Amino acid sequence: MNQRMIVPMLGEAWHAIGANRLRAFLTMLGMMIGVGAVVLMLAVGQGASAAVKKQIEAMGSHLFVVLAGSQQAGGVRTGGGNATTLTSDDAYAIRELPGVTAGAPVVIGNYQLVFESNNWNTQVFGTTPDYMTARDWKIADGSSFDDGDVQAARRVAILGKTTAQNLFGDSSPVGQTLRIKNAPFTVVGVLAPKGQSLDGRDQDDTVIVPLTTAMRNLTGSRFRNAVRMIMVQAESDAAMNSVESGMKDLLRERHRLTNGQDDDFFVNNLTAVANSAAETAKTMSLLLGAIASVSLLVGGIGIMNIMLVSVTERTREIGIRMAIGARQKDVMAQFLMEALMLSLTGGLIGVAMGAGGAFAVQAIWQTAVQVTTQSIILAFAVSAAIGLFFGFYPAWKAARLDPIEALRYQ
Amino acid sequence: MSFATQAQGPATATRKPVIEVSALTKTYQTQAGPVPVLHGIDFALHEGEFAAVMGPSGSGKSTFMNILGCLDHLTTGRYALAGQDVEALDNDALAGFRNRVIGFVFQGFNLLQRATLEDNVALPLVYAGVDRATRRERAREMLAKVGLGKYAQSRPNQISGGQQQRVAIARALVNEPRLILADEPTGNLDSKTSDEVMDLFCALNDEGISIVLVTHEPDIAQYARRLVRFHDGLLVQDSAVENRRWQGKSAQEVRA
Repeated sequence: MNQRMIVPMLGEAWHAIGANRLRAFLTMLGMMIGVGAVVLMLAVGQGASAAVKKQIEAMGSHLFVVLAGSQQAGGVRTGGGNATTLTSDDAYAIRELPGVTAGAPVVIGNYQLVFESNNWNTQVFGTTPDYMTARDWKIADGSSFDDGDVQAARRVAILGKTTAQNLFGDSSPVGQTLRIKNAPFTVVGVLAPKGQSLDGRDQDDTVIVPLTTAMRNLTGSRFRNAVRMIMVQAESDAAMNSVESGMKDLLRERHRLTNGQDDDFFVNNLTAVANSAAETAKTMSLLLGAIASVSLLVGGIGIMNIMLVSVTERTREIGIRMAIGARQKDVMAQFLMEALMLSLTGGLIGVAMGAGGAFAVQAIWQTAVQVTTQSIILAFAVSAAIGLFFGFYPAWKAARLDPIEALRYQ
Repeated sequence: MSFATQAQGPATATRKPVIEVSALTKTYQTQAGPVPVLHGIDFALHEGEFAAVMGPSGSGKSTFMNILGCLDHLTTGRYALAGQDVEALDNDALAGFRNRVIGFVFQGFNLLQRATLEDNVALPLVYAGVDRATRRERAREMLAKVGLGKYAQSRPNQISGGQQQRVAIARALVNEPRLILADEPTGNLDSKTSDEVMDLFCALNDEGISIVLVTHEPDIAQYARRLVRFHDGLLVQDSAVENRRWQGKSAQEVRA
């Protein structure tokens, strides 16, 4: 086809559609609903997986949590984390394993914090600077404590954003002294905000103090060096398997467990948990997309139907065109273009509707949505493909008409 | 002495043939068996000729016209159009011939109702791959030639039947064909507008274009130079028209 024919043919397709506006609109409605649904589902699905991804990043990557196992005394078993066999020395040993970038022993307790006339109850973590490394947690104001502070069991504290605001309002807490369980602690830093964790907990409602200080002044365990958990970071996703088995072997050896004995600790792969949440979101969005694409199929059939009607109605016109020199491919191109125009116009309105719907969802249900360029391009490509696919048979039928018969058609 | 009388008689033999048909037969294959329609036609039309084809329905004249118009294939025999053996052409080349060598004029005008007169006239140029500015210019020129220059932006349903047929003639002419095939062009027109349309054909013929006209009205056939009569699939008469109705008005007068 000559390129000079494209513009007049587009014009003719436009006129042909314009001649039957209601019919064209109803035909496009199928495409609009289909494309709109696909765009909306993709936006919601991608928004959900982006939110999960952000949470994973907030949590830290390639993470393990080693928890102390349960305690058994006379047939009564406590919950996990209560055994006293996991120690800070275990954490320091794990740190030396190949592929491990951080290993932080952690003790946890809930205590009342007091600063002047304000008080606040929150979760206090006793740990080492490795904890901040593992969780990729930056200091927004002031500085972190260091290994020296841990060794000397200095009473210093780093506050989460929420805790800092509740005790100090908008003024900087760095250098101030607050009381945790009545012991005075000097605030050395404030953590950068991390937002909600996967389970909806406010991760910024926290205080971090040196492990040794926490053990001495707060948790006061009878068992020396016993910790609740150890947070371990592997250097990469690829190293996670070897780090996990290396860690288990090391801990069994250190805890003097013989071959028949169960582990007295649990190793949880946090990244796997988060990844499965992301997978769930992705599967959900795929499933919804598949349902939406059924309506695209229906829209395509609508286009084919109306194009067949159009070819029959315009049989005589096709005959005239052939008589004055239209080749079969010209007739074919004309009807394909018309089908394409129907599907693309429907697709265009569908994209607008889908995007509008996505932002409405965001506004009403406060869920994150993401209308990506790829999803719009995809919607258009699918619209074009549907127009070509479902327009092909009617166009072929038109091109194959016998000009004499077509001219005689009433 | 008019140009019209010069073109008749022995002078035609020295002109180049536009149509050469020899021993042409056409048989339709139907479920009830083969139906022969044309039984061996010999016919030639030279440049500047104007032939009227007459005959009762079923005589084979429509089939003959369809074959001449490259819309249908012959069964046996030979048909050369502008020196080219038509049977040797593929579908695209046939479409090209219909586009550039032949101009069709139909009984029912066959204009596109949605399109303006200008776009209707320009349509063959679209299929010829002509650029937009030239299409526009040529279409307006042709509309002016048939006296409808000021209706370029009107639509077919806004003008009379006679005017519509003149638009159809303008469309047939726009690609400067060598041959016009007119199938009952006055069949839907009253006698006054019929005469106007026939005057236009005659003026065009005087400008050198060859015309084959199918009609069943004897007084319309009187406008042609030559009369060809079909009967039962055979060409039974081929003679010069006596007492031709065309008095040699110029196209200028026809337009007015």
